[in-house]
Amino acid sequence: MADGTLTRTAVRRWPRAAGRGRRGEELTKILFVLPAAVAMVALFGYPVVKNLLMSLQDYGLRTFFTGEAPFVGLANYTAMVKDQLFSQAMVNTGLFTIGSIAFQFAIGLGLALFFRRRFPLSGFLRSMLLLPWLLPLIVSSATWRSILEQDNGILNRTLIGAGLLDDPVPWLNSPSVALIAVIGVNVWIGIPFNVTLLYSGLTEIPDELYEAGQLDGATGWSAFVHITWPNLRAVASVVLMLGVVYTIKVLDIILGLTGGGPANATQTLATQSYERSFVDFKFGEGAALSNLLIALSFLFAIFYLRGTRRAVDE
Amino acid sequence: MISKRITALLAGATALPLLLAACGGSGDSSSASGASVSSLTVLDYYNNDPDKALVQKGLDGCATKLGISIQRETVPGDTLIQKVLQQASSKTLPDVLMLDNPDVQQIAATGALAPLNDLGVTADGFAQGIVDAGSYDGKLYGLAPVVNTIALFYNTQMLTEAGVQPPKTWDELKAAAKKLTKPGRYGIAFNANATYEGAWQFLPAMWTNGGDETDLNSPQVAEALQLWTDLVQSGSASKSVVNWTQGDAKDQFAAGKAAMMVNGPWQIPSLQSTPNVKWGVVQFPVNKAGQTPVAPLGGEAWTVPLNKDQAKQQKAADFVKCLTSDENELTWAKARFTVPTRTALLDTYVKDVPSMAAFTEQVKNARSRTGKLGEKWPDAAKVIYQAVQLALTGKASPQDAFKQASGG
Repeated sequence: MADGTLTRTAVRRWPRAAGRGRRGEELTKILFVLPAAVAMVALFGYPVVKNLLMSLQDYGLRTFFTGEAPFVGLANYTAMVKDQLFSQAMVNTGLFTIGSIAFQFAIGLGLALFFRRRFPLSGFLRSMLLLPWLLPLIVSSATWRSILEQDNGILNRTLIGAGLLDDPVPWLNSPSVALIAVIGVNVWIGIPFNVTLLYSGLTEIPDELYEAGQLDGATGWSAFVHITWPNLRAVASVVLMLGVVYTIKVLDIILGLTGGGPANATQTLATQSYERSFVDFKFGEGAALSNLLIALSFLFAIFYLRGTRRAVDE
Repeated sequence: MISKRITALLAGATALPLLLAACGGSGDSSSASGASVSSLTVLDYYNNDPDKALVQKGLDGCATKLGISIQRETVPGDTLIQKVLQQASSKTLPDVLMLDNPDVQQIAATGALAPLNDLGVTADGFAQGIVDAGSYDGKLYGLAPVVNTIALFYNTQMLTEAGVQPPKTWDELKAAAKKLTKPGRYGIAFNANATYEGAWQFLPAMWTNGGDETDLNSPQVAEALQLWTDLVQSGSASKSVVNWTQGDAKDQFAAGKAAMMVNGPWQIPSLQSTPNVKWGVVQFPVNKAGQTPVAPLGGEAWTVPLNKDQAKQQKAADFVKCLTSDENELTWAKARFTVPTRTALLDTYVKDVPSMAAFTEQVKNARSRTGKLGEKWPDAAKVIYQAVQLALTGKASPQDAFKQASGG
């Protein structure tokens, strides 16, 4: 996983290059990057191009046997937009992404701030927090599916047992609740990532700033607003950007929990892309949908990186 | 700023969805044509015991008979088609390929399979449903030695306690389910999830009532959906059926949390491991007296992918012929709780395995899913499970659900 490296490069403050020896320095830099760039073009560039081509082809079951995939122009994209589930999938993808990110980030930031204080067992607890991240997603979703089960699931039993509820909540069985439940599980899975990065961002803020702030009367909330947040902004942008990029394409959790149901209430662009490709064997349409996802991810990546650059350059 | 561009690129690239990488398998080059065939490769999805070992026995038996050896590969059921596609694109399909019967026509339509008639394999004496399932465009491409279907399991003890007879009509089914429902227990369990499995479980109700996949907007189909809706809305079945698999339904039944279930005979070995649950099986109930219960045919067909090596292709066809011999059919049926596909064997079979009587009866009138629509069946199945989901979650009435699901 490249997460660690990514954040670090983005977070590090870039010194403005000094004038002398700049050319040679540039060349050295390029030589250093070259092998990685070649590897990236081979590993990422090829599939991206292939996916673009596929989305312009009639790429179906037959293609695998005959090797023929006639070009059909934008037919796959037209079919994608005309699909009666497209608008619902768009809305669901938006709700799923925004909901997941908002809560992951807020809870993650809260926990990171909490762990910034030193207290016994904090290290142990922090490592326990990583658990959701370490579990294979298919295990998480299977476990959560049994937890959220309407009749015998542990969550409803606990809530009813504690007198908080009279009737069981149809977490995964009702079209109006299922998306919320799926977002909830995704938040749970995403918290460790947010805590880890935000915590490391917090530890890089020098204590002197707080000490100085204290003299000026900046404690508590105002210390957060004037010291913590401005210094954390660069990290926060990267966390949010990566969060969006990861969340927008989440597939396994949704498939494991609801399979896109009930009544398509949890269909997203990603589950639709999977279905077109691997259930309907319309690989061209599946590719069109995943290209839309890539485009959306790119948009967010550019947007956030711009923001980060400005924050860092200030 | 180069590094930032790269960061962006990397971030974008990680969003790349999993695409089927058509990676090549082992490059099995076929032996020179004309040479005597000494071995065949076989691919199937019986990857768990006891089925894996039982099927192996049958395969070995036929291999010995034909004087060849076999290299068998088994993969999990849900990955078989992907495996087949990979192998198709790298031209490494096995000599003998097992396919789930609703997939036979789709794969045959791609031109990947050899017509069995040309290789001396006929479907004489087989149940019509299974001939339909294995045929495409009037030619036979796959044959199943044994089949299965779904029927109604019931917990004998619970029915006796409640004074309920195994239901024969939908009204009896609804009344029985209601009576058998108690706190912590549902009258009936079935699977109505948003997959082909959910569509498959709906078919007994739909077909028995005269509904047809070529006209999903008929009142007969809506009535069938009304039955499912009534069972859920009256509380006789859990609202969770929209997410359950057939395995989940079986788990509920085995745990005593459901008094009846719609399920197939492949659950019998698992039910035998909970001996305190005593059960019986009846055919799926009919809506009105005079109707015949019609359920979908399940089970796997064996096919022969096209092979440039004529001798090998012929040997593979002989192998399929051997797998569907009387002797092998009976052995597999008995060992694996399935029903032989040669109709002449049915009476002997039921005599030997009485617990399979209802399933055997049900198979006699069972229909193949692809019989009418062929490779277009998946589209209809999709509309069916979407409509079931819409109705059971209350998003549409059973009358409107099919119209809505088909985008009308």
